[in-house]
Amino acid sequence: MLKRALMVLMFAAAAAAFGADNPNQKCVDSLGVADAEVGNTASLQKGARNFVNYCLGCHSLGFMRWNRVAADLNINEDQLKQNLEFTGGKAHDYIKSTLPAKDAVEWFGRAPPDLTLITRAKGPDYVYRYLKGFYQDPARPLGVNNLVLDGSAMPAVLADLQGIQKLDTSVAVDPATTKSHPRVCEKILLERPGRMSAADFDDFVHDTVNFLTYIGEPVKAQRESMGVIVVLFLLVFTVFAYLLKKEYWKDVH
Amino acid sequence: MASAGASDAQTTRGTGRWARLGAWIEARLPVGKFYQAQLLEYYAPKNFNIWYFFGSLALFVLVLQLVSGIFLTMFYKPDGVIDAEGFSGAYRSVEYIMREVDWGWLMRYLHSTGASLFFIVVYLHMFRGFLYGSYKKPRELLWIVGVLVYLALMAEAFFGYVLPWGNMSYWGATVIVNLAGAVPWVGTALVEWIRGDYSIADATLNRFFALHVVAVPLILLALVFVHLWALRTVGSNNPDGIEIKEKKGADGKPLDGIPFHPYYTVKDVVGVGVFGLVFAAIVFFMPTLGGYFLEGPNFEPANQLSTPEHIAPVWYFTPYYAILRAVPNKLAGAALMVAAVILFVFLPWLDRSPVKSIRYRPKSWGFALMAFAVAFCGLGYLGMKPAEGTYVLMARILSGVYFAFFLVMPLYTRNEKTKPVPQRVTYHA
Repeated sequence: MLKRALMVLMFAAAAAAFGADNPNQKCVDSLGVADAEVGNTASLQKGARNFVNYCLGCHSLGFMRWNRVAADLNINEDQLKQNLEFTGGKAHDYIKSTLPAKDAVEWFGRAPPDLTLITRAKGPDYVYRYLKGFYQDPARPLGVNNLVLDGSAMPAVLADLQGIQKLDTSVAVDPATTKSHPRVCEKILLERPGRMSAADFDDFVHDTVNFLTYIGEPVKAQRESMGVIVVLFLLVFTVFAYLLKKEYWKDVH
Repeated sequence: MASAGASDAQTTRGTGRWARLGAWIEARLPVGKFYQAQLLEYYAPKNFNIWYFFGSLALFVLVLQLVSGIFLTMFYKPDGVIDAEGFSGAYRSVEYIMREVDWGWLMRYLHSTGASLFFIVVYLHMFRGFLYGSYKKPRELLWIVGVLVYLALMAEAFFGYVLPWGNMSYWGATVIVNLAGAVPWVGTALVEWIRGDYSIADATLNRFFALHVVAVPLILLALVFVHLWALRTVGSNNPDGIEIKEKKGADGKPLDGIPFHPYYTVKDVVGVGVFGLVFAAIVFFMPTLGGYFLEGPNFEPANQLSTPEHIAPVWYFTPYYAILRAVPNKLAGAALMVAAVILFVFLPWLDRSPVKSIRYRPKSWGFALMAFAVAFCGLGYLGMKPAEGTYVLMARILSGVYFAFFLVMPLYTRNEKTKPVPQRVTYHA
């Protein structure tokens, strides 16, 4: 028992020692969490609109078809044509950006990644914080850097909505602890406001990440609602199986 | 023989058309006799506790893996060539299964969850053996065949993990296959022979696919058959660790035994129900189990130019991975990792106590077993963490505990002060 307690303590100490390796963690945490809710169709529809308007220019959802999105999000084919699918392709086409990879590499240094599985690979919170985490950094070629992905090649596409952020790095830090991050963020400051209020922008990013979470696993809502039925069935099954067992085992003394 | 007579009487009961068909089959293929001997006349101790569910559950998961695996094979493509968009045919086919194949997502989640739960069930099944001395005479071969099943299962899981051709598949395969490079003189040649290329590549994926869907499953099934055959020969052990065959009634049946069917079939169905609830909860509500059953980096396509931050195997391999990394020398680490698994084979002869069950063994054995369990779980935790600083130190200490448990066992079990073992099993209806 004592040994086990000791072990737990040792693990806790080790976790504390190695846990915080991003010196900007405090600022990253202040960006909030995604709270993805793939059952909220209205939010998914807004997210789809946001994605088409702000992301699809560069990023594909190459494993997802337009008509699957339409069917899952209660959008009919006319609405799809008028509001989302602007390139005049077929409804069953995969959702592809029209940006040629060669140009992308020339402009940004690398081709923008396909985002179908980004929320599965990194988690919705990562994407949420990434979209909210752009800040001014004159050292970068495009003048912006990102709190969760240092040296990100992506421009601050949403700066028009969010405004321009700056890191408050006024607190002096020991340079030995911040090799990879030249400055340690204490607070994020909004240098110049954008077209949206902070709350509206949060909603905007929330809807967008919610949509990407749905794209990562389109069957999620169906899976969960079906799971309730399966679990209820198994509960009833197990109760009857137990009663049957009890009946048979009456003979065993 | 009495049993043969009984079976003939049963299978030829009645004179109708169906009864005659039954008799016709029985005369050519004694299905009824087999059923009679293996289920109705197979006497199992009546005092099984919760630890005795995991054997039948392992069989249940095996069938589930075979069935879901067959459906996945219908749509999966073992194509590891990366196209201009950065994806391979294998990766694309997995997403095709997840999105466009009817119920494909269910088959995939059943299969991925089943892989992890297979190991949970097998680890508990093995620990049961430790608790009640199920590896001791006359069950040494039963135990050794079980260890071989475990080895085959590890191979099966490793090959299967590579198939989605995600980035963790790719780098995990790179790390594990490179271990063969530690073999003196022939290491490099051996690694190239295993890979079929100068790096993990399409050729590797294709052969791993063949091994995963044909070779290893065949071996696994054959071994499971032998495991059950040996079990039917020596009979199940029980929580009291006494042989029920030694106390038979006037009718020649073990006094403490009950027919496997219907008693343990109905009991095991309850086990399947409870286990099914856990299984369904994971498949339908948390199929990745927070990254432990399906890891985030494996949703990114295999990329030769981008190594994941921490390469760690899935949780069921992490105890051995921690042992591997605890040793600074690659060859010694790999050898120790293999030794950690092979040691199970020698357990029947390392444990010198005359008593099987922990119930009648001294506290020293309980303490040793607990230390081993803590070391195994602790190593499992450390195997998921980066190999640096305190983690390595702790992995070294726990590896020491792990090996000491086995290697010092002849000493600390030789002169055990055991308690008297009862004549009959402990059972409260």
